[in-house]
Amino acid sequence: MAEELSKAYFIQVIEDLIPWIEDRKEYFTDLDSAIGDGDHGINLSIGFREVASHLDEWKADNVAGLYKNVGKALLDKVGGSAGPLYGSFFMKFGVPVKKKGPDEGVTGDEFVEMMDKAISIIQKRGKSTTGEKTMNDTLMPALDALKAAHAAGDDIKTAMGKAVEAGKAGLESTRDMIATKGRAMRLGERAVGHLDPGAASTAEMLEIFYKDMPDA
Amino acid sequence: MAKLKRLFNDPYDVVDEMIEGYAKAHKQYVHMDESEEAQGRVLVSNEVGKKDKVGIVVGGGTGHEPMFLGYVGKDFADAVVMGNINTSPSPDPCYAAARAVDTGKGVVYLYGNYAGDVMNFDMGAEEAEDEDDIVVKSVTVKDDVVSAPKDRIEDRRGVAGDFIVFKAAGAAAAMGKDLDEVVRIAEKANSVTRSMGVAMSSSTIPAKGGTIFEMEDGDMEIGMGIHGEPGVRRGKIDTADNVVDEIMDPILSDLPFEKGDEVYVLVNSLGATPLMDLHVCFRRVQQILDEKGITVYKTLVGPFATSMDMAGMSITLTKLDDELKEMLDYPCDTPYFTQV
Repeated sequence: MAEELSKAYFIQVIEDLIPWIEDRKEYFTDLDSAIGDGDHGINLSIGFREVASHLDEWKADNVAGLYKNVGKALLDKVGGSAGPLYGSFFMKFGVPVKKKGPDEGVTGDEFVEMMDKAISIIQKRGKSTTGEKTMNDTLMPALDALKAAHAAGDDIKTAMGKAVEAGKAGLESTRDMIATKGRAMRLGERAVGHLDPGAASTAEMLEIFYKDMPDA
Repeated sequence: MAKLKRLFNDPYDVVDEMIEGYAKAHKQYVHMDESEEAQGRVLVSNEVGKKDKVGIVVGGGTGHEPMFLGYVGKDFADAVVMGNINTSPSPDPCYAAARAVDTGKGVVYLYGNYAGDVMNFDMGAEEAEDEDDIVVKSVTVKDDVVSAPKDRIEDRRGVAGDFIVFKAAGAAAAMGKDLDEVVRIAEKANSVTRSMGVAMSSSTIPAKGGTIFEMEDGDMEIGMGIHGEPGVRRGKIDTADNVVDEIMDPILSDLPFEKGDEVYVLVNSLGATPLMDLHVCFRRVQQILDEKGITVYKTLVGPFATSMDMAGMSITLTKLDDELKEMLDYPCDTPYFTQV
């Protein structure tokens, strides 16, 4: 199968995530203030500042090595729940393509496998599933949509577009949920009416993965 | 947004600069773990290595000073792992702390029961076991009665009760008890400790340039968590006696504390509430306990687990038996708690 996503695409995603979190950190922090402890955006920005300071050294690695470094930086610098969750996402993302050469891209099949690996580890680490007002409410429907569209023969950008839409619908569904995981749990029904900050940030992250994809 | 009434330099450096200053100010008690894994986020007691004992590692997010770092010293905690403000440390420093304090008798991680802390400390424990064959056990403190109903006690969070549980564990380890015994005693202290608080203003976060949450001037929130997690009721600030009455009720009925019990009391400032107010509050606590026939064995009043500049206080009660009295009375010497 032909390469659908180049090495340059994977670098571009990281380069776009860095300014994204700086722009959006106050919004995520405000969401977190409503139902959590008000630090989601700030901690992610601490992590991505670390990524920014090392990205040039890491670009020579293959996709798996680059994303592992990004994940390790987030794991080390972010802390909290977001550190292990975001960190593990990036550390696992490249595992299916770890044998590739430094300049190789990936096929659509491989990309779907990478997303599967990255999203599955978040469920495992967070011991959580959908319906608990967490980032899983964005990520799991997105993954299901990605797999379904890819299996139905969509090109990877079309499939990822459907994943982003499914993720946004999942994000919206967190508004009416009572949290059973994370710090929002103590609120009970008072968390209803607020979006989950982790679900919100991951929805926007997936959108960057989508927008950076070249048109088919 | 109003300018912060805080003193800092680059807001992204506050935690590292605090640790640097603390290590230098209290150099007779602690030193930095200089290993790469520690990432500058681990302080180790100068006593480590002087005797073989179970290692006591405490930690969590920063912004609760003197919790957690203030209790590292002689015969209390052996090391502390610190994250960003209100945020768990990452796995590598947790691992480094275990490695720094292990003398072959195993290590206990003690921290408040928050999802992020559990994930990171568990990953650190796995690393310690995989890399260095260190046996690590964990005790997560769950004293906050508001944080989950009693039938989901495993979901409750740790607040000022951390201090009591850490103190008991530190004494048990200092007495030379083995890993299982230290864990048993810490869990026992955990199971008989209950806390609840009130907040009258939000703490501020330098990197955010503002408060964690909005609170109208003159309002208070009963049951608010130590990171500003919303509580059970928001209303106008009331008298000390009325506030204490409202807090003591859920604490007493939860365990429950009953006539004839003997208790350790901790009246804790969340940062901006002065000792004057705390003692006015304790006066009412004593009256309530007297009415109920509950004996106060000892009382601590002051800032033990804060939320930086938050105005507010919390009350913690621990039901004692002879063993817990022995642990809480055991001598220790640290920068922010000394028992002679």
